[in-house]
Amino acid sequence: MTLDELKETFAFLDSWEDKYRLVIDLGKEVPALPAADRTEDHLVRGCQSQVWLVTRYDPATDRLHMALDSDAHIVRGLIAIVLAAYADRSPREILEFDIEGLFRELDLVSHLSPTRGNGLRAMVARIRQAATNTGT
Amino acid sequence: MTLDVAALRAEFPILATQVHDAPLVYLDNAATTQKPQAVLDALMHYYTHDNANVHRGAHTLADRATRDFEAAREATAAFIGASDARGIIFTRGTTESINLVANVLSERLGPGDEILVTELEHHANLVPWQMLAARTGAVLRVAAIDAAGQVDLADFGNKLSTRTRIAAFSHVSNALGTVNPVEEMTRLARAVGALVLVDGAQAIAHLPVNVEAIGCDFYAFSAHKLFAPTGVGVLWGRTALLDALPPWQGGGEMIETVAYTHSTWQPAPHRFEAGTPNIAGVIGLGAALRWFSAQPRAALIAHENTLVEATLQAFGEIPEIRLVGTPQHRVSVVSFLLADAHPHDVGTLLDRQGIAVRTGHHCTMPLMQRLGVPGTVRASYSVYNTLDDVHRLVAGIRKTLTFL
Repeated sequence: MTLDELKETFAFLDSWEDKYRLVIDLGKEVPALPAADRTEDHLVRGCQSQVWLVTRYDPATDRLHMALDSDAHIVRGLIAIVLAAYADRSPREILEFDIEGLFRELDLVSHLSPTRGNGLRAMVARIRQAATNTGT
Repeated sequence: MTLDVAALRAEFPILATQVHDAPLVYLDNAATTQKPQAVLDALMHYYTHDNANVHRGAHTLADRATRDFEAAREATAAFIGASDARGIIFTRGTTESINLVANVLSERLGPGDEILVTELEHHANLVPWQMLAARTGAVLRVAAIDAAGQVDLADFGNKLSTRTRIAAFSHVSNALGTVNPVEEMTRLARAVGALVLVDGAQAIAHLPVNVEAIGCDFYAFSAHKLFAPTGVGVLWGRTALLDALPPWQGGGEMIETVAYTHSTWQPAPHRFEAGTPNIAGVIGLGAALRWFSAQPRAALIAHENTLVEATLQAFGEIPEIRLVGTPQHRVSVVSFLLADAHPHDVGTLLDRQGIAVRTGHHCTMPLMQRLGVPGTVRASYSVYNTLDDVHRLVAGIRKTLTFL
């Protein structure tokens, strides 16, 4: 699902039930990370569930590719949204993207609270760090 | 005295809160309990009328603050059946109480000595002992639990030896709710000459506690799990033992005389209470104890057991629920997993329905590993919960299942 499709779909949903069902369904479509990538190195700290992040920068196209996975359904759904937001973007675009604004727009803003243990903040911080580290 | 739960609930203003447009169902009492109006009033009264530092100053306010502070100490001693209020040391919480003991015992342990804990322990009753072992060269031993989450008494006995200097175990497991046979465990440990510390954090609000009947040397708990403010803990110790132990922290309050070359210490409890204590918190504890002691305790205990039994029975009818821990004797806590959902998913979806539970490893990572689970969802009851709360939880779980 593209970012625009995502926003349109969320805009149709009024109840928290429908939003969470969609989040969980989106999560089911996130491809699982191979077991070999589920390493200590790739673990994102600060999450109650386990979240793994693998990034790869392609200088030829100036794109930061990433794969994320989690053992929790809702977190996988949040990952799907993060992936839609950051897909096919350069490190600079990622750093400039207002992801908190996106979550506010989707009305999932409570998920940004760092105390909720979902690790969304930690995940985004790690991706932004990876974008910064490309030095572009 | 008969029990009127509706009237009792009305004394806790926070229970009228709405969460996500639903009335709050607060089932995280093992983390902290809510506070009755009597405790809130005591805090406000103290700061409005009596605020002064304790044990010093010749003025009226200091006298009032000291009187109420020391009255709370007396009330705490009476509440846990301690014959001597000098054995009550105020700390910041259970964690600090246990750290205090682990620190002042440093000189009594050496290489090859042993410290015995159990697989049920909260990190607060594990990590301080690991640190003590690392400082002294002592060995940390861990008594096993069975599949139901109960301490294997035979293993506990086998792991005691003449080298065991201290045995430290919980009265009630925070993660599973298991009530340990602390009298029996204490008897076994003392028979080999070990000191005994009981972590009473999860017992204090749910069971009658009598430290003399248990026979232990130290008993630790937190005020905030007993309807009192956060930031106050209690360490009870045998007075003769406390007077023979060195101080932990140095500073004001704990000294008798100070010179540049040498200082001498106050006897217990002041030896272990360096600096200005949490005066308001302790006075709040005094108010909580007055409030709680005026309740029909036996009826409250029966009421909590009814809630736990009703939960277990309802859970038995939901095949997707897997109980984590099935001890014969438990209080307050029901820990579980739901289908293949991560506890965090369940906690989030229950919260959306106004139901507050705890999810995660409950500061018992080795226990979770032993049980082979990433964590659990934990519902924990207190006196103000109702059968309606149980029904809301069960309905919330059934709804949560439709998402997964």
